[in-house]
Amino acid sequence: MGPLVPEIIGNDLNFIVALVIGIAFGAILEQAGFSTSRKLVGLFYGYDFTVLRVFFTAGIVAMIGVMALEHFGLLDITLVYVNPTFLWSAVIGGLIMGLGFVIGGFCPGTSVCAAAIGKVDAMIFIGGAVLGVFVFAEGYPLFEGLYKASSWGSPRMFETLGLPQHLFAFLLAISALGAFVLVSIVENRVNGVEARPIRMTRYYIGLASIGLLVALSAFMFPERKAALQHMVADEDLVRSYPLDTMAVDELAFRLLHEDPSLQVIDFRSAEAFAHFSLPGSTSFTIDNLFEKEPNQVLTLRHKTNVVVAEDESTQRRIAIMATELGYTNIRVLRGGLEGFRRQFLEGGSPLVPGSATGDPATRFQEHARRVLPELIRKSGPAGPVKKTQKRVLGGC
Amino acid sequence: MKPRPYMNPYLAGVLLGLLLTATIYITGRGLGASGAFKSAVVAGVETVAPAHTAATTFYKEYAGDHAGNPLMNWLVFEVVGVLIGAFVSGVISDRMDLKLEFGPRSTAKVRITGALGGGLLWGIGSQLGRGCTSGAALSGMAVMSTGGIITMLAIFAGAYVFAYFFRKLWI
Repeated sequence: MGPLVPEIIGNDLNFIVALVIGIAFGAILEQAGFSTSRKLVGLFYGYDFTVLRVFFTAGIVAMIGVMALEHFGLLDITLVYVNPTFLWSAVIGGLIMGLGFVIGGFCPGTSVCAAAIGKVDAMIFIGGAVLGVFVFAEGYPLFEGLYKASSWGSPRMFETLGLPQHLFAFLLAISALGAFVLVSIVENRVNGVEARPIRMTRYYIGLASIGLLVALSAFMFPERKAALQHMVADEDLVRSYPLDTMAVDELAFRLLHEDPSLQVIDFRSAEAFAHFSLPGSTSFTIDNLFEKEPNQVLTLRHKTNVVVAEDESTQRRIAIMATELGYTNIRVLRGGLEGFRRQFLEGGSPLVPGSATGDPATRFQEHARRVLPELIRKSGPAGPVKKTQKRVLGGC
Repeated sequence: MKPRPYMNPYLAGVLLGLLLTATIYITGRGLGASGAFKSAVVAGVETVAPAHTAATTFYKEYAGDHAGNPLMNWLVFEVVGVLIGAFVSGVISDRMDLKLEFGPRSTAKVRITGALGGGLLWGIGSQLGRGCTSGAALSGMAVMSTGGIITMLAIFAGAYVFAYFFRKLWI
């Protein structure tokens, strides 16, 4: 599961990765024509919309790409850097950058790209930008109030708007396609081109169909958690879904024998878990199922994962989500934790202790009733799975 | 030799989008540029006036977020890569040329002042907006960050609003 940094790719190797990614980034920008200020600002005067086309195509492709990776469980989105939102500094900073764009003719990335192929104006621009950062650093007390005002945390746009992720992505992709059509019309008008901006040629039909397919593919990648929670809201499906189960007797037997292949995954609240938990059990939240580090617990080989919650239908819902996420060896406890407690931990013994008349099953249950409470008392809660990993620091 | 034509913009966009997706998958963060400028400034000031950086809020906050040498930074390496990649691309496509570019009604002097002033504004704006076109707008759009998308809209809105007043620089 991504991101690959820092476990699979170490922090030192990451610098080499940065260099390689930078080389590709620079080459693509240069090949697209981002190394000349006159082409860049064409966007604001209507004579050349290359930048807008490249920029929005890239943004949409990456957005759908990230959604797909998340949907297939390849990327833990909670570990990906999401630029924080500070409303006023974003708006005012953006406006200042916009002014800088029409005066300077570059933005920082494109200026580096243009300087690399010998554009003197780009080199001067870089000098100006370094000076600007210095001005901000030295004048920081002046900017600090605005810089830190209206902190909204790190929301994502669809959350802010209250839309499902895939719908927002679709609308954004469709707006981009609309913008491409519009700017082609404007561009031809400004440049005095007579030909119709969009013709029924193979090129345009191909572009339009690929664009529409990309936009529609947003619906193929709904946010995993939302989609699964929607799925398990269906009572009939929850009842009929094939799941492996485990009887409370088997669980008690394996607990008593401290079976190393048994993993009890407890999905109750942290308070309930702290109050009472089975020996060696691990406290999980539903969110943990979607996260990179906690879910490594579930992919250990040769382990039987017993999903535990107060009642069986909650367990079934969670187990279905886990199965749909691709985890194997998932079992649900028949009767839930309440059934287990009733059987072994509560009330008086139905049999006279020590009576030798019961069949083996009854004798085992009786033994378990005596030993289990002691075992549970001694073990104490193990605590929730720790998330030691932090989001990487990104942004500019 | 005549420079080769530029790549089809949609193809370049798809390639850039795939690169950004791969970057997020591998590193958990997007692309950027202005952050490298910041690292350069911090490194420079630290070398020239260490006592000053130790006593000033901005540098202290930077040091709090970034341990170690400010130049040992992901974005610094990435931007060095951009320089190399763009240079190689320019050589391959015969676009290497030491020149100052400006609009037909503009002059060299005006262009130099504009590049310096525009750069200055970007330096300030990108710090205030926590990222530039790459780090905030493009990478922000890829992860659908509210802040990134607001910054993107503000950059384009600002540019379109102010474009009219500076048209003599370009057309």
